[in-house]
Amino acid sequence: MADSPIAVEHHNPALKHHFSTMEQQREASSLGMWLFLATEIMFFGGMFCAYLIYRYWFFSDFAAASNSLDITLGTVNTAVLICSSLTVVMAVRAAQLGKRQQQVVYLALTLVLGLAFLGIKGVEWSSKFKEHHIPGPTFNFEGSVPGHPNQPVSQQHTQLFFSLYFAMTGMHALHMIIGVGIFTYLLYYAWKGKYTPEYHTPLENSGLYWHFVDIVWIYLFPLLYLIDRKK
Amino acid sequence: MATAAITAERENYLNQEYGIKSWLLTVDHKRIALLYLLSITFFFFIGGFFALLIRLELLTPAGDLVQADTYNKLFTMHGQVMVFFFLIPSIPAVLGNFLVPLMIGAKDLAFPRINLLSWYLYIIAGVLMLHCMLTGGVDTGWTFYTPFSTAFSNTKVIEAGLAIFISGFSSILTGLNFVVTIHRMRAPGMTWNRLPLFIWAHYATSIIQLLGTPVIAVTLVLVVLERALHLGIFDPTRGGDPLLFQHLFWFYSHPAVYIMILPSMGIVSEIVPCFSRKRIFGYNFIALSSISIAVFGFLVWAHHMFVAGISLYAALIFSALSYLVAVPSAVKVFNWTATMYKGSITFSTPMLYAFGFIGLFLMGGLTGLFLAALGIDVHVTDTYFVVAHFHYIMVGGAVMGYLGGMHFWWPKISGRMYPESLGRLAAVIVFLGFNLTFFPQFILGYMGMPRRYWQYPPEFQVLNVLSTAGSTILAVGYLLPMVYFLWSMRYGKVAPDNPWGASGLEWETSSPPPTFNFDTPPVVTWEAYDYEHIPAPQEARSGG
Amino acid sequence: MFDNLPLWPTRASTTAGSVDALFIFLVALSALVTAAIVAIIIVFAIQYRRRKGVVAEQIEGSTALEITWSIIPLGIFIMIFVWGAVIYFKERTPPRGATEVYVVAKQWMWKLQHEEGQREINELHVPVGRDVKLILTSQDVIHSFYVPAFRIKQDVLPGRYTTAWFHPTKAGTYHLFCAEYCGSQHSGMIGQVVVLEPAQYQAWLSGGGATGTLASNGQNLFLQLGCATCHRSDTQGRGPNLVGLFGKPVQLEDGRTVTADENYVRESILSPGSKVVSGFKPIMPVFQGLVSEEQLNALVAYVKSLNPSPSGAAGVAAAVPSDAKPQEPKVQ
Repeated sequence: MADSPIAVEHHNPALKHHFSTMEQQREASSLGMWLFLATEIMFFGGMFCAYLIYRYWFFSDFAAASNSLDITLGTVNTAVLICSSLTVVMAVRAAQLGKRQQQVVYLALTLVLGLAFLGIKGVEWSSKFKEHHIPGPTFNFEGSVPGHPNQPVSQQHTQLFFSLYFAMTGMHALHMIIGVGIFTYLLYYAWKGKYTPEYHTPLENSGLYWHFVDIVWIYLFPLLYLIDRKK
Repeated sequence: MATAAITAERENYLNQEYGIKSWLLTVDHKRIALLYLLSITFFFFIGGFFALLIRLELLTPAGDLVQADTYNKLFTMHGQVMVFFFLIPSIPAVLGNFLVPLMIGAKDLAFPRINLLSWYLYIIAGVLMLHCMLTGGVDTGWTFYTPFSTAFSNTKVIEAGLAIFISGFSSILTGLNFVVTIHRMRAPGMTWNRLPLFIWAHYATSIIQLLGTPVIAVTLVLVVLERALHLGIFDPTRGGDPLLFQHLFWFYSHPAVYIMILPSMGIVSEIVPCFSRKRIFGYNFIALSSISIAVFGFLVWAHHMFVAGISLYAALIFSALSYLVAVPSAVKVFNWTATMYKGSITFSTPMLYAFGFIGLFLMGGLTGLFLAALGIDVHVTDTYFVVAHFHYIMVGGAVMGYLGGMHFWWPKISGRMYPESLGRLAAVIVFLGFNLTFFPQFILGYMGMPRRYWQYPPEFQVLNVLSTAGSTILAVGYLLPMVYFLWSMRYGKVAPDNPWGASGLEWETSSPPPTFNFDTPPVVTWEAYDYEHIPAPQEARSGG
Repeated sequence: MFDNLPLWPTRASTTAGSVDALFIFLVALSALVTAAIVAIIIVFAIQYRRRKGVVAEQIEGSTALEITWSIIPLGIFIMIFVWGAVIYFKERTPPRGATEVYVVAKQWMWKLQHEEGQREINELHVPVGRDVKLILTSQDVIHSFYVPAFRIKQDVLPGRYTTAWFHPTKAGTYHLFCAEYCGSQHSGMIGQVVVLEPAQYQAWLSGGGATGTLASNGQNLFLQLGCATCHRSDTQGRGPNLVGLFGKPVQLEDGRTVTADENYVRESILSPGSKVVSGFKPIMPVFQGLVSEEQLNALVAYVKSLNPSPSGAAGVAAAVPSDAKPQEPKVQ
């Protein structure tokens, strides 16, 4: 049945052959991205689960280990990521309004903020390396349980904290790196004018991904950095 | 309906383009399905070969065919290959990929390129697995229990873990594709309650694939990290807990068994109405039962851990929940049986496989009741009773369903009929060989023979010999279809559009279908399983 | 080979009968259900085979039937669940006063220590008619202690104790298998449980080889390792008094209350900082790596023997009633 709306849409070069309308295509990719994010929740969920169990069992050792993380850098990173989510939203908005220049600016800002996050993470990790907090043969945690200067920590349990810390922040950083790659790609095509008010689904869906990675960090930060930080 | 010129052979997805590039770079879901068919068949025979070696070793009580370490690798790799490289992909990636768009009246899946990526991920994983097997193998059991896998095994645990990790992504992407396709790409008039039950089954399966597989992915990542970096997440000597591994592992691996069986049940729900010439009994309940199994399946994982050291109260809860999940499966068996009532039944090969499925799945499911009973499980867990139980479901159930489906849709896939008498013969051989292989194992298990034993006390020998004898018969039953399916592609009768007179949009198009599935997009105005209005099967055109 | 082809192992414990009863019921139920469904299918296949002129009847379904055949199976399942749970509850609740045997599993052998002091490898001698409680741990990977004739099985974990118990009812020699895959010689990690008549068991006990009871060995270690320095039997010690401790609730520094069971004692020796008793400082040295599993077992047995009640059998030979006075740690 050659309905006229369909005939018109057949002229949109972005419409893939197996979809009948742009709307169907857009809804399908959006649903696909949401489902993918659900799988990511389950993926990170496994590690969160392990972390929560050990933290419940070994609270004081985990508190000691957590207090050795740099809370300033962690907070700055949280702010950086939240701002980057804002710039992503602004980029999508710019595409909806047909403003190519603005898209490029906001996507570039997002990239810069994302790279800043990774850079600060690198600084944190290298200081962990210097303090011998990397799990393995060189691990040595000096310090005591917060509030109990006489109570030594368990090297095993603090090492467990750091194993999970590096696994979780490492997996998060890997997702950030992939995000940076995706946004570099988007930046290039935005500059070429590919995203218009009629078609900017890749921007929207990548934005969803970026927001998800941001939300994971928003859970990671208090869980890892803010145990028992009464000052 | 064909708008193409009527030539001796119509244009279809097989002959539209030739050459290896047209296959390796295809985005046509039907061609991808065939790519998967080749790959999973390859791994099926690898896994089957390991099984034969295991059964040969177990002919005698002493370990005299292979060394203990080799035997441990054999059962490990048999399990890993069969679970991750055969059973989990098989029906969804072959029949699901081929049929889901056709059955809902779509031109392709929602994400054709991701579909191809899925296959490539599977191949990369498979190559890695093969490499692992050829350069030393892995001996942890497919269950990878810690701390043995992380701190004691001297085999290629990391490589195997990575291979399975990658195959998991293949599975996730297939599930993602199916869910989006079923939601967004149904033809006009194809409402949810007109969907074939095959689609409902694959929808439920895909939910499990999406939500469960990431958990085993992250668990394997942690195992690999632990082993490589000597961490202590699962190692008690370093502050960790081996039971945490087991919980994380089984959280996926139990739902995984539903990934393996639900699609098969979907196939049976297609075959039985067709060869009874009547609509399925209790459509809503069967659809609902598939979704219930998917949901409840996530709540019972620790029934694999009743003697592992979990608390008494946890054990009670998981046992109770395990009985709940048995109810929807029972409902399906009753509904299939009721479908035959006052039907008009013929005994084609697919129908024989469906009968076999019902009987063997029934037995496997009933023995699940034994295992869910705490007091019994203490005695039979980790014995051959469990081995027999899951083979009844996986092989007696899932594989028979798969073979039934392959025969049912072979005319659609290849445009040819397979030889019917050989098909029936193979089905009977498989059924008999299967029972002889696995029924004795129930007895062995209750008598106390533990699983994963290279050598065993002499009083267990008679039953082991019977089991091995059965496995050789089963092997013949599996080889036959390989041979005659290949034969049929050249010499089989040319198939009409709808050789079985079956319901379903896939039968409204040619055999094989054109590349874009339908010459004109269908509009659905009839209910599923509308056998009242479907004419009797056409005769196949004879073609040489 | 053919002289008897049994379908189940000998019943040699009190639980074996109840487990087999449920099993036989389930076999009968399954056989009945399978036969019924298969019979129905065969009847339908014959009666409703394709015949000229006969058309299938289109039946949509029947909600009443669906509900019936969901509720009835569910009811049967619940009944089976309860039956199995009752058996399991008994299996996981060792009776008071049971003789204790400490089991250490390692790749690929079983090491057993009787309270009376005897040590065995891959063999366990027990008398008929007495409750036996096993306290199991592993030196390396997960194993599983499985005696088919008793219908018991319990995974044996590294880093903690698990327990199992049985009450032998029939003299004889029965298989002991490892039932959790543990590496190369998993299938070689087998042994036997030898159940003797009481008189023969006494004879075996006095057959020698014991170098003191497990608890007295533990007492020696307690002194050697300096435990007695802080764990005095008065309130002056820098560590808690251990007399009468075992089995009682303990209040911890962080507010939690735990029970002083085998795992608690073991953890307190290996990782004392994990559970510091309320009112005490976290100064106990860490003994991880300094004591073997067997030594830990002896220490645990010793702590148990400090209880004044008969619940912790004080390592005395079986025939003598266990009202012997608990050993006081000698103050240095």
